[in-house]
Amino acid sequence: MLPYYLEICVVVLGSLMLCMELFAGRRSRAKIAMVGVAGLGVIFALLMFAVCSPGEDLQYWGIYHFDKWAAFYKGLALISTLLVLVMAREFAPVFKHYTSQDEEKSGIGEFYCLPIFVCSGLMWMASAKDLVTIFVSLELVTMGFYVLVAFMRRNVGSLEAGVKYLILGALSTGFLVYGIAWTFGVSGTFNLEELSVVLAGDDIPSAPVMFAFALLIAGIGFKIAVVPFQIWVPDVYQGAAMPVTAYLSVASKAAGFIVFLRVVDPFLAAPSIREPAIYLMVFVTCATLIYGNLAAIAQKNIKRLLAYSSIAHAGFLLMALPALGAAGTIAGPGPESAISFYLAGYLLMTLLCFLVLTVVRVATNGEDLTALEGLGKRSPFLAFAMLVGVASLAGIPLTVGFFGKFFLFNIAIQNAMQNGLWIVVFLAVLGAATGFYYYFKIIRAMYWEGSVSEGEVTGLKVGRLAMLAIILLVVAVFFFGIFPAPLLGLTL
Amino acid sequence: MTIIDLIIIIPILAAVAIGCGGSARVLALAAAWANLLLGLVVFVTLVAKGGDEMHFKSSWVLLHSPELTLGFAVDGMSGVLVLLTVIVTFCAVRVSSGDLGKGSGKLYYISLLLIAAGALGAFCATDLFFFYAFHELALIPTFLMIGIYGNGREKVATAWKITIYLGVGSLILLGGLIALYVSLSPPGAPTFDIAKLAPSPGEHPLSAEVQKWIFLPLLVGFGILVSLFPFHSWAAPAYAAAPTPVAMLHAGVLKKFGLYGMLRVAMPLLPEGFEAWKGLLLVLLLGNILYVGLVTISQRYLDRMIGNSSVMHMGYIFLGIACCNSIGWGGAVLMMFAHGISIALLFALCGSLRERLDTLEISRLGGLGGSMPFLAVTFGFAAFASIGLPGFANFASEITIFFAAFKDAGEMGILQVATILALWGVVISAVYMLRAYRSIFQGELIGERYPADLAQSMRLPVVLMIVILLLTGFFPNIILKLLPNLFEVL
Repeated sequence: MLPYYLEICVVVLGSLMLCMELFAGRRSRAKIAMVGVAGLGVIFALLMFAVCSPGEDLQYWGIYHFDKWAAFYKGLALISTLLVLVMAREFAPVFKHYTSQDEEKSGIGEFYCLPIFVCSGLMWMASAKDLVTIFVSLELVTMGFYVLVAFMRRNVGSLEAGVKYLILGALSTGFLVYGIAWTFGVSGTFNLEELSVVLAGDDIPSAPVMFAFALLIAGIGFKIAVVPFQIWVPDVYQGAAMPVTAYLSVASKAAGFIVFLRVVDPFLAAPSIREPAIYLMVFVTCATLIYGNLAAIAQKNIKRLLAYSSIAHAGFLLMALPALGAAGTIAGPGPESAISFYLAGYLLMTLLCFLVLTVVRVATNGEDLTALEGLGKRSPFLAFAMLVGVASLAGIPLTVGFFGKFFLFNIAIQNAMQNGLWIVVFLAVLGAATGFYYYFKIIRAMYWEGSVSEGEVTGLKVGRLAMLAIILLVVAVFFFGIFPAPLLGLTL
Repeated sequence: MTIIDLIIIIPILAAVAIGCGGSARVLALAAAWANLLLGLVVFVTLVAKGGDEMHFKSSWVLLHSPELTLGFAVDGMSGVLVLLTVIVTFCAVRVSSGDLGKGSGKLYYISLLLIAAGALGAFCATDLFFFYAFHELALIPTFLMIGIYGNGREKVATAWKITIYLGVGSLILLGGLIALYVSLSPPGAPTFDIAKLAPSPGEHPLSAEVQKWIFLPLLVGFGILVSLFPFHSWAAPAYAAAPTPVAMLHAGVLKKFGLYGMLRVAMPLLPEGFEAWKGLLLVLLLGNILYVGLVTISQRYLDRMIGNSSVMHMGYIFLGIACCNSIGWGGAVLMMFAHGISIALLFALCGSLRERLDTLEISRLGGLGGSMPFLAVTFGFAAFASIGLPGFANFASEITIFFAAFKDAGEMGILQVATILALWGVVISAVYMLRAYRSIFQGELIGERYPADLAQSMRLPVVLMIVILLLTGFFPNIILKLLPNLFEVL
């Protein structure tokens, strides 16, 4: 089977769902979501068959690559889209509240279809090794998100988020195009492999290359939310519907990171600009670590808190970058596999948190920390699931989040021992310690706060599918937190 | 699956079973009983086979590069600490009051069992990674226990303080451990196996300078976890605010993790690193003994006083470690055991006083011996043990440590001077303990109520702990002879 059939399958699935929506009339749209979930599940199974050739790098038309990372990130995109659909189905009541109670007018059917198309873009990003392809696939994803973020049309927050995302997204696209243009001007190629050959030459003018590099970082930095391109994150995360926020913070970030890695790699490998490029990266890393962690402390809205935490996680992920191109000197997993492992773990724990939050949001109509109060008494299992997700985000051992952080610290400390970049390690330790505070605030809200009287102790309603997803995610967070090898093996 | 795997997994399984709807107190007690018996079996086996080698080995390789193994084993030192853990856990579960609300009682016992499992896993892990990971397991349960079930108005602030303090400490420690494994692993085969990291005698692969800088984060990290001066300020308020069983487990068992780490990891793997910081460590431990000792004297509340006394006694154990000979390290391990039991005993008794009285302010109590003779007598035993009077294991360990400092000492070095200064700590201990005892239990009864004596359910654990202290006090060799091997590394 040709690997690019996967993307075609996803697009076909999306179109099919759109047709269903067209002919559904006034009937319930929940089935459309189920079709999406089932379809994505089947495509994920197909991906397993496509993976079976390890070490291979298939190329099509010079712009589409299929290697182990492409497969890995395609898998991440599929799973996160699938879970987001589950979440969206759970979220439907809130959604209708802000659009229309009428199924047909609410547009909820389209809401189920859009993530599918975004997913095809994400999967394409994973295979893009050419600046033009990267740009097109990135835009496909971003276009989808423009609509998704602003979808709750009777909610001011959602509209505000949509406008912000649109304007800043367009700005970042501008940076990206400009960076691509400069890169092409300097090197005469869009292809990243050829680019690394050209940049490795001696007669490369370093100033324009650095300029191009900085522009590219700015463009992609928007997608993965690193400082100073993070301004949109808190407002957009807060304003968008819960499933969209989850989708943004997981899938968009993961796909952004694989592109980021692929784009940064040729620049860091070029001897003439390796040093300034690394200093630029270190600056960005430090700023991201400080900003994300410190700003998260004061947050009272959970989505905003998770937005800053998502910035902080981007900072942790960036710690591994200076080791790019120096692989082989690092004991343990290299930077690429550490980052991939972390992102996979991040997917599990973040979607776990968002699933629980979706349930809470539907039941209590609140997105502040106070909405979680008494959850430990009302729904012990949901509270436990949230506890697991949060503990994993904070990096408590025996959860997948700890292994992720551990591999990254492993790389950062070895970097520091070789190159003296101790500042990054120092800030990361401080950041992780700060993380204990703001993540534990969530735990505190669930277990200490709020006196729930006996009469009120009623569990929250959870859909069967969502419950199954929550259970599976809890198990996965623990399983990979004790046995990382199966997941790490996919990234090596 | 070996007996050690069982000891670690039983509390975890019991916690899961409670979470799934089992009867909390019954399951917790059953797990505690089972662990106590298994712990005794382990200890007896070690006595029979000798503590030189690792017994009950088990391992599952989880990763190949870096080599990561979920493996457990015990030698003499970990055996002693396992015994300590199962005894204190048993007593802590026994003294927990059973009348908590239905839903929250579950959380209470789950947290207790997880703290115990974390300590056991850390003491038995043969792998640096899991040695660290298991200790961290206690972080969230402690946070929840102090926050939900704690005492006093400051419990919220205290819960945050201990969590963040220990979080920072463990992250610093993690940094040091990563640097350690990277530098000491055989070339091309990174591993976390502590045995494989140990340098062959005589030839250390790292220069003294490198060892020095890797040792520092380890010292600071372990120091924070053990409440080494000046990183001690989290300890006393946390123990005062924590519910009784958590204070017992934390002060009695979990705190020993840092000391165990010094003896198991930092000292044998980085001997020259220690030499570089020896002077600093001696000053800091004197800070524990003398400065915190004086602070303890000035405490007005019984629970704070006991908490501070526990911080103070950490100084002696560090002194034993700093002696760098087999006598000192043996004394240190014995003292870890003795202090663990005696502080748990003190907190257990302090907890039952708190249940019966309106206040624990020492000057507002008096004459309680008349109405609670059993508690008064047992508290007397605990206080004497804590001071280090002969007959208790604490005495045996302190005297061993003091002698060890003078072993092979031709002239007065900094170690000897520090030891002489540290001797004054015994006087300080006597001052605050005896003063508190006299004020609380003797003299005129203050107040009108005659509080009831120690509850029947509390008597077994209390007597058990006293008997163990006396037994190991009269026959310290039970423990000491398990510990000869550690020290040949240097």
